[in-house]
Amino acid sequence: MADTIGSADLTVARAPRFRQTRKGQVRKHIINVKVRNEIGVLARVATLIAGKGYNIESLSVGETHEPGVSRMTIEVVGDDIVIDQVVKQLRKLIDTLKVKDITDVPHVERELLLIKVHTPTSRARDEVLRIVEIFRGKIIDVSPETYTVEVTGDEDKINAILELLKPFGIKEMARTGKVAMRRDLFVEESPGE
Amino acid sequence: MPSKGADLVIETLKEEGVEVIFGLPGGAIMEVYDALYRDGGIKHILARHEQGAGHMAEGYARATGKVGVAMTTSGPGATNIVTPIADAYMDSVPIVVLTGQVPTHMIGNDAFQEVDIVGITRPITKHSFLVRNIDELPLIIRKAFYIARTGRPGPVLVDIPKDVTQQMTEARIPSLDEVRRALPGYKPHVEGNVQQIRKAVQLMLSARKPVLYVGGGAVNAEAQEELVELAELLKIPVTTTTQGKGAFPENHPLSLRMLGMHGTYYANMAVYNSDLLIAVGARFDDRVTGKIDEFAPDAKIVHIDIDPASISKNIVVDIPIVGDVKIVLRKILNELKRRNAKLLHPEDREKWLEQIEKWKKLHPLTYKNSRKVIKPQFVIEQIYEVTGGEAIIVPGVGQHQMWAAMFYRYSFPRQFLSSGGLGTMGFGLPAGIGAKVGRPDREVFVIDGDGSFVMTMQEIVTAVQYRIPVRVAIINNAYLGMVRQWQELFYDKRYSEVDLEVQPDFVALAEAMGAVGFRAEKPSEVKEILREALRVEDRPVVMDFVVDREENVLPMVPPGKSYRDMIVEDGRGTEAETMYLVG
Repeated sequence: MADTIGSADLTVARAPRFRQTRKGQVRKHIINVKVRNEIGVLARVATLIAGKGYNIESLSVGETHEPGVSRMTIEVVGDDIVIDQVVKQLRKLIDTLKVKDITDVPHVERELLLIKVHTPTSRARDEVLRIVEIFRGKIIDVSPETYTVEVTGDEDKINAILELLKPFGIKEMARTGKVAMRRDLFVEESPGE
Repeated sequence: MPSKGADLVIETLKEEGVEVIFGLPGGAIMEVYDALYRDGGIKHILARHEQGAGHMAEGYARATGKVGVAMTTSGPGATNIVTPIADAYMDSVPIVVLTGQVPTHMIGNDAFQEVDIVGITRPITKHSFLVRNIDELPLIIRKAFYIARTGRPGPVLVDIPKDVTQQMTEARIPSLDEVRRALPGYKPHVEGNVQQIRKAVQLMLSARKPVLYVGGGAVNAEAQEELVELAELLKIPVTTTTQGKGAFPENHPLSLRMLGMHGTYYANMAVYNSDLLIAVGARFDDRVTGKIDEFAPDAKIVHIDIDPASISKNIVVDIPIVGDVKIVLRKILNELKRRNAKLLHPEDREKWLEQIEKWKKLHPLTYKNSRKVIKPQFVIEQIYEVTGGEAIIVPGVGQHQMWAAMFYRYSFPRQFLSSGGLGTMGFGLPAGIGAKVGRPDREVFVIDGDGSFVMTMQEIVTAVQYRIPVRVAIINNAYLGMVRQWQELFYDKRYSEVDLEVQPDFVALAEAMGAVGFRAEKPSEVKEILREALRVEDRPVVMDFVVDREENVLPMVPPGKSYRDMIVEDGRGTEAETMYLVG
């Protein structure tokens, strides 16, 4: 009596519409989160993302023009479905006011880099100065052995100057992580482009 | 006039309508206990362990729909209640847990009985608060209740440092409007999108083989009436999860009873073969779906849920509707009436119901009874009979829980109170006590396993102290039975550490704690003992039912397998052969 999955009128078919199709692409997402500046809010956000098994690539947080409201920009790598979950879960937090994944909307992003470069010779100092000028950075501290450089820009620019400065010898560096904001005015790209 | 923090706690709880607190005092929470004593307006049940207090608050909340309140001291008091908090979080149970904390100036110093309970419970609470400023105290407590009971309900923790309970403040209890305004980031969606509702209605009318799959959200929303109306109007069969039990009466002809790992054959077959699955306040838990890509493979899925994060979490759904289940169902019914809607394929719907009847006849829920040994299922059936199907049933976790789900028929919401998501052994007794406190008018039966029972059995003393006549039926197979069953089926009978060779004499134990104890070893004794138990009015009763040791819970969908791999009959013995149903 090994019945009975389907009598004649009840056909069985396998529809591969679940896991296989739903993963989506694994890539870096930028999520903007407006939060009430309550104690522990950063821990809540971080715990939630870590709890999904994802690593925060960068996170920056600071005050906004609204009193008691802070803004976080979070970079996290994950597939689209998981990031969608993360966004929904972040929205559920009581202290979050607005959560938006802006990866696919036109936006501007900036990061600040502080880097202490080994410059013992005048040649090295000249060279570093030139690179910094090209990247519209600033030298903000000098010692007989080092220059400390400040640069802001998007990820590509920061990575580019890093590559150029590496050969001199990097003594120390710090990146702030991204801050990002949607563009208000933008021209839609035509489908052909 | 300024008032003291501790007094303000009690006043705010009374403003919230709290009738009873389950708890256990200690150093950091003593001021609040003193205020409770001086006030005298709120009943307190003194549990013997904070875990007990937490599950009692849960049982109370699950049985009544009101917010349950538990109170403990700092440090170990707080860590002991972590399990009930996690349990309430998984099953969306509204509880507020008040914990004492060391004085603010000592926080972070590793003070005596200090623990960062807000940090520990962060991932298992809907929200948590540390009260740093006495002036915020009443607002925070009201926020906690508001958050716990609205939207998708859940546990909220309020950690109160001792000095805050000792200080004086002019702060008054805020109004509900002020509470809402103080929570600008918290606005649960309740209404449901009209377009989505129309699409869902269209699907319901055109479907040939629809099934309603109902979870705990329908119980929380109190949507039984709407569900029955919808099912009857469109002739849609209904299956429920453990949490959804009673949201649709199981004695209704359209009921398929429970689905999933230990669901009925016919519920699982119906879901597997459906062309439309309407999920109502359910979350596609792995114990329900089994292998996810073979769950309802041909079905379009409508998902009604108050929690947007539940939508498309485990399974991508076609029509998500975020909203309160009761409100959305009412809108669906209104839409159907407005259109004067008729089924597009009424003859197919008849055929579908006929097919389901065939499945029901082919493999009803059944077991082989015996005259010599007590079968666990038999005990549950007898409990059903002596209580006329009207009792609230509170199981622990394990085989007995599944038998209690299968062999008792549930007809009203909040009748089956079970630790579903977390699966907490030891839940039964304390939750049963809480349920009886909340519903003294109802018979409350704790159906426990011997393994589960010993995890929180000290709470019998609590029930004796407050004369709470909760009935405890221990399904005693002297095994950690569910683990043993898995070892039998999937580990070649290597029974690793599941034999509870030594158990207390439960009758003597009950008597030692001041309860009444009974034991049955023969089937013929079962009913008489149950009748005796029902006559006890002033204290708990513990019944030790010594049952067939190696009885299995069937049907079963093996973990990670599809419904098609369901085992419907026991493979052991000479007559029966293990039957794997393959399409």
